[in-house]
Amino acid sequence: MTSAQIEIQLIASLVAMACAIPGTFLVLRKMAMISDAISHSILPGIVVGFFLTEDLNSPWLILLAALTGLITVFLVEFIQKTGLVKEDTAIGLVFPALFSIGVILIAKNANDVHLDIDAVLLGELAFAPFDRLLLNGADLGPKSLWVIGAILVLTVALLFTFFKELKLSTFDKGLATSLGFSPVIMHYSLMGVASVTTVGAFDAVGAILVVALMIAPAAMAYLLTNDLKKMLLLSVIFGVVSAITGYWIAHWLDASIAGSMTSVLGILFLLVYLFAPSKGLISVLYRQKRQKVEVHLLTFLLHLQNHEEESERHVKHLNEHINWREVRSKSVLDLASKNNMIVIEDQIISLTPKGKEFTSEAIKYIMTNKSSAIEEMKDRFFLFRG
Amino acid sequence: MKQNIAITVDDLTVAYNYKPVLWDIDLAIPEGVLMAIVGPNGAGKSTLIKSILDIIKPIAGSVKIFDKSYKEQHKLVAYVPQKGSVDWDFPTTALDVVMMGTYGSLGWIKRPGQKQKKEALEALEKVGMLEFKSRQISQLSGGQQQRIFLARALVQKASIYLMDEPFQGVDATTEKAIINILKELRKAGKTVIVVHHDLQTVPEYFDWVTFLNVKKIATGPVKDIFNDDNLTKTYGINYKVSVQQ
Repeated sequence: MTSAQIEIQLIASLVAMACAIPGTFLVLRKMAMISDAISHSILPGIVVGFFLTEDLNSPWLILLAALTGLITVFLVEFIQKTGLVKEDTAIGLVFPALFSIGVILIAKNANDVHLDIDAVLLGELAFAPFDRLLLNGADLGPKSLWVIGAILVLTVALLFTFFKELKLSTFDKGLATSLGFSPVIMHYSLMGVASVTTVGAFDAVGAILVVALMIAPAAMAYLLTNDLKKMLLLSVIFGVVSAITGYWIAHWLDASIAGSMTSVLGILFLLVYLFAPSKGLISVLYRQKRQKVEVHLLTFLLHLQNHEEESERHVKHLNEHINWREVRSKSVLDLASKNNMIVIEDQIISLTPKGKEFTSEAIKYIMTNKSSAIEEMKDRFFLFRG
Repeated sequence: MKQNIAITVDDLTVAYNYKPVLWDIDLAIPEGVLMAIVGPNGAGKSTLIKSILDIIKPIAGSVKIFDKSYKEQHKLVAYVPQKGSVDWDFPTTALDVVMMGTYGSLGWIKRPGQKQKKEALEALEKVGMLEFKSRQISQLSGGQQQRIFLARALVQKASIYLMDEPFQGVDATTEKAIINILKELRKAGKTVIVVHHDLQTVPEYFDWVTFLNVKKIATGPVKDIFNDDNLTKTYGINYKVSVQQ
């Protein structure tokens, strides 16, 4: 690996980490679309900042552009608060307006400004190593590495300092207010961090893909854990993994680095979405199928318990009596006999002691809806695992 | 017996988009009562609680907690929001939610430690939820979630407890368990205020009641004012409940 390659991967990883942290909270606050709005509407801020500073990595440009991000959030909330439009509509109104101002500004000044629409939308990581930070003639590495590094350090510092406040105001705004914390301050601080991070990442991955870096790692982590700290850690790991894998795929395909990173994120998300142990699609479908069978089993057992007379317990009569097709009757019968809950003699079905016990436990649970009744059944019966 | 006034509400008017939902409310809630706030849907019961808690800013009037502003006294007040007000899919455990009740006394930046954890575990035990401490909150039943919220209020070790429909969607056992804890709180001299829907249980559970329907209809001891007259005034129809005293 050349030093430029290492630098690009380092920048990409830092960008991914810096995005994943505010992204996690945006996902938990159901505000994923706000990151889309911010990333687009900071464009006029970047353009104006660029006119003033002539340097994409200037801290002033970053602050100015981040301010545009906060203005976006404020405008969206302002429009929404009038009660005339819903939040998603407000987002859809605000960011294209601001973004288009940015586009016009760039187009009008295209000849004088080293900034084009492609770079804005997609970023260009490959050029990042060319813009070096020089101090008294000494080469300190790419400027964007320093910029995103500083943003990441700031984000992590804020996260550690205000973790408790962020968690509380994200989970329960009302309680946060009543305990004397200000959810409004937390909200705008988070939006501020998201805006600054977006500006810092803009240069590397562009306006569209920065959204993926904020949302996709957090969405994956959400499906894999029930612990906020682990969710943050997983988001960061997913971000870095896709950054580095994406870089090498781009290298191999000779394609856009940002595009490859996002594709990796997409593929990873698909895998997690399908295969996540308890919240994944396959696991959910499997559980639903099991539950369906178990509800049928219980219906069947209840029927047996309610009817002493043999005519009601004949295998053949089951189809008519509980109105099931033969296939289902058979699968339920098999399940019940496999679990030693019934015995079949001369086509007549009877509950075994185990079957009886189980059925009354189940009835007890259904009648009382008491959690203590469910606890004993949980290991034995999938249906009651909530 | 002369009682201290725990909460004083003066000329409180609250409006959403300039439409008043609470209109000129005056209340003086004595310390040590277990009070129900009753009224029809849209009467402003939750809004009243949220205004006392400084969550909603009134357009007129004021609220005092033991004669001082809420900001100065917030450590004395615990809050149980409506269960539906939070996302129960949030990645956290029962214990962690209860720990949140300690954040108020910690203040900004300071982190919860062993002491807070111990308090949270004690509160979980009190509401009979200790065995569920590590469970993810979405895996709890509605009644269990309500108990968690109650435990979270208990760790605040407050003097005043404000609860927004703590009996909503809980089974009879949980309701009994909750009301026993509330009665214990009152015995310990705490003031407990509950937004309540089930009029039948008011005389059994509470000793103080406030009838609310945008305006205050009546407030006072249950035995004096919980009658058909006030119920009819509050609910607008000829409301009859059999009140056993």
